[in-house]
Amino acid sequence: MFILDIVSSLLLIAGVFFGLSGAIGLFKFPDFFTRVHAASVTDSIAAILIIGGLLLQTSFDLNTAKLFFILLFLMLTSPTASHALAKSARHGGLLTLAETNKDKQEQTH
Amino acid sequence: MAEFIDLVLLAMLALTALRVIFLKDLFAVVMLFGIYSFLSALIFVNLDAVDVAFTEASVGAGISTVLMLVTLALTGRTEKENKRSTVLPLLVVTVTGAALIYGTLDMPPFGDPNNPIHQHVAPRYIEESPKEVGLPNMVTSVLASYRGFDTLGETVVVFSAAIGVIALLGVRRREDLAAEESGFLTHHVLRVVAKMLIPLIILFALYVQFHGDFGPGGGFQAGVIAAAAFILYALVFGLPQAFSVVGAKFLQLMASFGVLLYASVGLYSMFKGGQFLDYSKLAADPVAGQHYGIIIIELGVGITVFAVMLSIFYAFGSQVERSNVK
Repeated sequence: MFILDIVSSLLLIAGVFFGLSGAIGLFKFPDFFTRVHAASVTDSIAAILIIGGLLLQTSFDLNTAKLFFILLFLMLTSPTASHALAKSARHGGLLTLAETNKDKQEQTH
Repeated sequence: MAEFIDLVLLAMLALTALRVIFLKDLFAVVMLFGIYSFLSALIFVNLDAVDVAFTEASVGAGISTVLMLVTLALTGRTEKENKRSTVLPLLVVTVTGAALIYGTLDMPPFGDPNNPIHQHVAPRYIEESPKEVGLPNMVTSVLASYRGFDTLGETVVVFSAAIGVIALLGVRRREDLAAEESGFLTHHVLRVVAKMLIPLIILFALYVQFHGDFGPGGGFQAGVIAAAAFILYALVFGLPQAFSVVGAKFLQLMASFGVLLYASVGLYSMFKGGQFLDYSKLAADPVAGQHYGIIIIELGVGITVFAVMLSIFYAFGSQVERSNVK
């Protein structure tokens, strides 16, 4: 049980790290697409690591099954949500920072 | 620890509310409303009120966000500039707020076990409901049996909401079905994932519906979750496709059927010699009668809520498509 506790705390700490870095990225990154990338880190890997850590804390009963299903659901939905967000932004004509800068340069020259 | 979490959540709730007031972009406001509902759901979980939290999360953060977004698609996403003076409204709000705070001074101390609310009906429910109704989830016993009449009223309110929306926006007609394809035709990822998720969501809705006697859940949540599955289908595959799965006319029948099912349980118990909605008379054994009654009326609630939510979405969605075609 001791080893399981260590593994689970490692997973939890890693999850918190990725969650925090995603939040910082969401504020610091320059344009929409990099921000979506940062937010999707929180959505996907952080949530997966945290739920994985919690899975090891259960006593392998009904709660384990419930957490497992939540994990499965998150693994399906959060990357899809990020993908849909980025794709509809692209579809709506939003440019990345690099493209915007290029456009500006071309206009000034 | 629980108090600390409560404080953090309440602070976030206040911040969200302030943002909602000052933002002019209504799309962001709708998103913030979703966050607001989700935060209150977390507070309810922290207060051990999981049934309420479930309702708040599925109705407040889930379906009403979608319905408000469809409304925004009709009305436009920026708020109108208000040029009138703000002095009088501020005065009214201040006076009302002060009166409310003055009113709360007379309230019994917060969380005191000797408060009237903890002395009157709550102990009666806690002590007698295992014997009288015999359901593990006491919230369902109170909601569906002791307060069955109130819940019938709530179901009728939901039903009349659908009547209002349909009367205002109208139902999509047959000839509109040939309208241009909507939905995200190029979104292959969305289509694949939606196909995988929709059966699971409907399965979960059925679980919530019929497990409501034993765990958190019941007709209201289940109806909303099932409606969410169909709304997802309509969003990804387009309204015409969704109409061929469940038509608007059929939904109207379903909505009235749910209310009628609920009320007819009440009438049947009167016919059996009890009072209106007295489930004990439904079977020879009063406790078994209570179980039958609660299962049937929860089903009625679920059917009505599902049909109403989906009808409202259909009404708004067809209106949006119609305005897009013009």
